[in-house]
Amino acid sequence: MEQGDPFFDWGWTTRHLDEVATKIVAHLVLTGLAVGIGLLISLALALLIIRYRWLDGPVTGITGILYTIPSLALFALLVPFWGFSLRTAEVGLVSYTLLILIRNIVAGLRGVPADVREAAVGMGYSPVQVLVRVDLPLALPVIVAGVRIATVTTIGLVTVTAIIGRDNLGQFILEGINQLFSTKIVLGAVLSIALAVAADVLLLGVQWLIAPWVRSRERPA
Amino acid sequence: MSGLLGDTAAFVGDNVGLLVQRILEHVQLSVISLVIAMLVALPVALVLGHTGRGGFLAINAANVGRALPSLALIAIALPFLGLNDRSTIFALALLGIPPILTNTYVAVREVDRDIIEAARGMGMSGAEIVRGVELPLAAPVMMSGIRTAAVQIVATATLAAVIAGGGLGRFIVDGFATRNNASVVTGAVAVALLTILTELGLGAVERAVTPRGASLTDEPAARRAPSAVPGAAKGGAQ
Repeated sequence: MEQGDPFFDWGWTTRHLDEVATKIVAHLVLTGLAVGIGLLISLALALLIIRYRWLDGPVTGITGILYTIPSLALFALLVPFWGFSLRTAEVGLVSYTLLILIRNIVAGLRGVPADVREAAVGMGYSPVQVLVRVDLPLALPVIVAGVRIATVTTIGLVTVTAIIGRDNLGQFILEGINQLFSTKIVLGAVLSIALAVAADVLLLGVQWLIAPWVRSRERPA
Repeated sequence: MSGLLGDTAAFVGDNVGLLVQRILEHVQLSVISLVIAMLVALPVALVLGHTGRGGFLAINAANVGRALPSLALIAIALPFLGLNDRSTIFALALLGIPPILTNTYVAVREVDRDIIEAARGMGMSGAEIVRGVELPLAAPVMMSGIRTAAVQIVATATLAAVIAGGGLGRFIVDGFATRNNASVVTGAVAVALLTILTELGLGAVERAVTPRGASLTDEPAARRAPSAVPGAAKGGAQ
């Protein structure tokens, strides 16, 4: 950008490894919080949808609209109320995970064969036991597939929260833009993409480990 | 937060001209990017779908696309293309390519092989089959990919403001900088509405291009395509 400036300054990078590490950790914390909270809310809503079928339409509709609203716009709508806070960032991030997670949890639970559940009931399992020991384990591969998509999406969205003052790899991108310093832009962009790819591969591994029976049949989406 | 609504209404009243200008900028950035994405993705996907080659690439394009953070894409073009609309358009077009590529490929592949055999038996050439058989039957699922891309592009165009570009994101970014919540809310609501309008408008186009009589059989196909790439075939969250 500035003439004579290298496109990527390794020297600067090695002198600022602490900062790089801090931003990576902050990025992961924001992502983990969002996916974790999103998973809890989605699990509750998915169970309600399974129990009360009529909820399916409204919940899918509302989470679908939330998913369509541009991230910066959603954060912007929350800023007047909660400022540039962690809460603003997380409420936005969590709301983007809901559509994907609820859809996969519901699909996973609905995919559990009825005769398997009946057998469990026949063996004297209580409803909670059926849920914890039959439904959830059998639905787990589809649920983890949803977690994978939600995590990769969230890692990308976290960079946007830098605009509302959250420290993470997106902060490098913004600083790089403001200082016309391409090293920071490249660091922020490449590392956030690398994090997304790493998380994707890691969760693919988890999917592979917890569901040995689908390995041969089905290539996870 | 008393008076935020009133402040916003007053802000809109004082800035009608600017609002219209920003909407036009936003639409212009989006349309140019979408057209470029279509020009790149459609021919490639039609050829791949017609020949049945490169399926792995076409199917996974949407997955890869999702891993690309929009802010990172806009920023990474910056050192090469500079602080201007070219960087934004480059990033937006790049974001639009994967859903169009994946959906078009899936759509063409899902056209009943028997129909294509029949067309070939009637003596139609490869190009004629693409134009007369595969394209019309694939249109609804293709259109759903274009809608996804369009929604994503309109949503992400908001970030153009971060690299000093135009569009509705300016109200948000400038509002943050000047602590003007009315400006922030104006930009946020306008861009949210524009995104939802894009989704609904192109949804209507999607229904319109569904061939009469094919709608019953194509409806499940249209639903199957998104689930082949969960999350990706639905727009937004950028």
